[in-house]
Amino acid sequence: MSQTKPYRVSHLDALEAESIFVMREVMAEFERPVLLFSGGKDSIVMLRLAEKAFAPARIPFPVMHVDTGHNFPEVLEYRDTRVTELGLNLVVASVQEAIDSGTVRELPDGTRNRIQTPVLLAAVEKYRFDALFGGARRDEEKARAKERMFSFRDEFGQWDPKNQRPELWSLYNGRHHPGESIRVFPLSNWTELDVWHYIAKEEIALPSIYYAHDREVVERDGMFYAVNEFIVPRAGETVETRTVRYRTVGDASQTAAVLSDADTVEKVIDEVAATRITERGATRGDDKVSEAAMEDRKREGYF
Amino acid sequence: MSQATLESEEAAARSMDLLRFATAGSVDDGKSTLIGRLLYDTKSLFSDQLEAVEAVSAARGDEYTNLALLTDGLRAEREQGITIDVAYRYFATPRRKFIIADTPGHIQYTRNMVTGASTADLALILVDARKGLVEQSRRHAFLTSLLRVPHLVLCVNKMDLVDWDREVYEKIADEFTSFAAKLDAPDLTVIPISALEGDNIASRSEKSPWYEGPSLLHHLEHVHIASDRNLVDVRFPVQYVIRPQSTVVTDYRGYAGQVASGVLKPGDDVMVLPSGMTSKISAIDTADGPVDEAFPPMSVTVRLADEIDISRGDMICRPNNAPAVAQDVEAMVCWMDETAPLRVGAKYTIKHTTRTARAVVRGLQYRLDVNTLHRDETAPQLGLNEIGRVKLRTTIPLLADEYRRNRTTGGFILIDEATNRTVGAGMIIEAQ
Repeated sequence: MSQTKPYRVSHLDALEAESIFVMREVMAEFERPVLLFSGGKDSIVMLRLAEKAFAPARIPFPVMHVDTGHNFPEVLEYRDTRVTELGLNLVVASVQEAIDSGTVRELPDGTRNRIQTPVLLAAVEKYRFDALFGGARRDEEKARAKERMFSFRDEFGQWDPKNQRPELWSLYNGRHHPGESIRVFPLSNWTELDVWHYIAKEEIALPSIYYAHDREVVERDGMFYAVNEFIVPRAGETVETRTVRYRTVGDASQTAAVLSDADTVEKVIDEVAATRITERGATRGDDKVSEAAMEDRKREGYF
Repeated sequence: MSQATLESEEAAARSMDLLRFATAGSVDDGKSTLIGRLLYDTKSLFSDQLEAVEAVSAARGDEYTNLALLTDGLRAEREQGITIDVAYRYFATPRRKFIIADTPGHIQYTRNMVTGASTADLALILVDARKGLVEQSRRHAFLTSLLRVPHLVLCVNKMDLVDWDREVYEKIADEFTSFAAKLDAPDLTVIPISALEGDNIASRSEKSPWYEGPSLLHHLEHVHIASDRNLVDVRFPVQYVIRPQSTVVTDYRGYAGQVASGVLKPGDDVMVLPSGMTSKISAIDTADGPVDEAFPPMSVTVRLADEIDISRGDMICRPNNAPAVAQDVEAMVCWMDETAPLRVGAKYTIKHTTRTARAVVRGLQYRLDVNTLHRDETAPQLGLNEIGRVKLRTTIPLLADEYRRNRTTGGFILIDEATNRTVGAGMIIEAQ
C-alpha cells in the first residue's frame, strides 16, 4: 500500500481479497470441503490463498488429486512435497485403479480426460464432499466465462448452464441437498497473467516443467508433445530435442509444451504478456475435439 | 529489456487498479461487437479464439466475422444467436485491469442486468444511433441507478450508419441526460462510437471532430473510482472465527472477514453487534503480517483486546456509528425465479452480509414498472424480472444499512427454502 495513494489496493490485492473471502465462506458454510489439487499452477496458487485465508491456523480441508495415471513425474514429486510441507491430508482418486477394477473403461484413443469425471464423482460420493474448490478461471475458455463462482451441481455432478443461480454482490448461495455439491472457483476473476504476477509476488515455487528446459518432443497437430510412455511417435513424426516449457499441466498424454526460452518467472510473465494464443489453445488437445468440448464435459460433471 | 525496466513494469503491473463494469443494451445494438472490439484493441483477443470464431462464422455462412461468437459461449446461445447469461470477460491496459460483466439485453433477462450491475463500478449502456432511446435504454439506466452503480456511460453506437451526424448524437444525448436526471443517476458520460469500425473506442476518431470528450477506453482508464468506496462507516461482518488447534500457536482468536466499509486501525474503539459489547482492536492480521489499517476490499483478521463472544454473522463497527439492528426491513426486491412469484405471506431464507435467517413477506407496497416508473399499488405478487417495494420481517435481526449508503450492508438475497434457488435480490430502503 503506497503512502501517496491511500486507501487503494492493486488489482492483484483485490483479487486475492476476493478469493480469500470465497474460501472463508466455504469453510463457514459447508461440512466437507476439499480442494482439487493437480500440481498445476492454478491449484498451487489456490493452496497459497488457502494458507493465507486461515493463517495462523492450518489449511482446514484435505486436497484431492484426480490422478489420470498419465503424470509428469516432476509434478507428482511437487505434489507430494507440498502436501508434506503443509501437513495436508491428500486424497488420491485414481483413474488407473478404476480402470483396473472395471468401473470405467479406457477409451480407444487412450485419453483419460473424459473418464476422469466418473472417478471424480465416485470420490465425491465416497467421501461425501459437499464443496470442491477448483482452480478454473473464466478467461480460460468460453464455457468457463459463463460459470458462477459457486457452481451448483446436482446429485450426478452435472452442470446446467441454463439453470445457474444468480450471483449478486458477494452473497454466495451454497445451499444444497444431500448428495448435491457446489464447485467453487475462487480464481474465477483471475487471468493467466494475474496468476503469474501472483506467483512472482509471492515467490511461489512451481514444478520445473513450467520453465524452459530441453525435452524430446514430436510435433503433432501443430503442438509439441513430450515423448514419454504415453506419447509414442507415430509414423512420419520425428523426435527432436527442443527448448520448451508447459503453460498448463494436465494429463501427460493430452498436454503439449510450447517452444520457449523463458526460464525464470520474469521471463514467463513477459512471454505470457506477449503471447497471442490462449493457454488452452496452445496446449490442450482435448479442447479441440469440438466447438463446445468444455461445456459438454462440464455438463457431465467435469470441473 | 533491462532488469530495471522489467522490475518497474512488474511494479506497475502490480499496482494497477481494477475496474468492474457491466454492459447493457438491447438486442442487436452491437454490444458483443463492442466487447469484441475492446478486447481486440487492447490485444486481449487471442489468435486461436479469433480463428475459432472466424471458422464458425464461415461455416455458418455469416457475411463477416461475427464477434458476438466470442462472448456467446454456450451451445444454446449459439443456436439462438442471443446471449442468455451473464459472462465475464477480462482485459487490461497499462493503466488498469478490467472485468466486464456482459449482461444480456433481452427483456426477460432483467435479473442478469441486476446481477451484473450489483458489483459494477460503472455501467455502459449502448443505443443504436438510428433508433435512439428505446424502452430498454431507460430500463437499463433505471436499473443502474437502482443498483447504485457509481458511473454511467451511454455509448451512441452505429454513428457510421447516420453519417456521424452531430445532431442525431446530441438529440439522443440530451434526451438521455434529462431522463437520467430524474433517476438521481450518478456521473454520466455520453460518447459517440462505431463499435464495428472502431471509432472513438481506443482513440478519438477523426470522423467526429465536433466531439470533444474522451474515447471510451480513455474514459474507462481514467474514471475516478477511488472515492466511490465508503471509507466513513466502519462495517466488518465477521465471516469466520480463526482459532488454531495448535501447540505452536496458542490462545489465538481472530475474527476473519472482508472490510465492507470504513477504515479499521489497531487501538480503535469498536462495538460488536448484535450484542452491543464494546472493546478495542488489538491487532489486524494478514498472512503477511499485521497491518496498520484495513479498508475495503481487504480480507483481514481482526483481534480484540477483550474476550467477548463473537461468531459468524456478527458485525464489528464503531460505538457511535452503527448499522440498524432490525427485524423489519423495507426493500426494493428484484424477483429472479421463473417457477414461482414472490407472494405476501411466503417465507424465504435471507442471506445478508454473513448472516443467514428466515424472512416472511409482510407486504408488497407496490410493483414498479421499470419502463415508465409507474407504481402499481394493487399488484398481488412479483413475477420473474419484476421489481417492487417489499416489507420483510426476519427471524433474527439484520445488521443493516440503507443500500444507497452501503452496497454491501444494504444488499441481500432471498433463497427458496425448498429448492435452494436464489429467487430474489433486495436493496434495503429502511431497516428498523
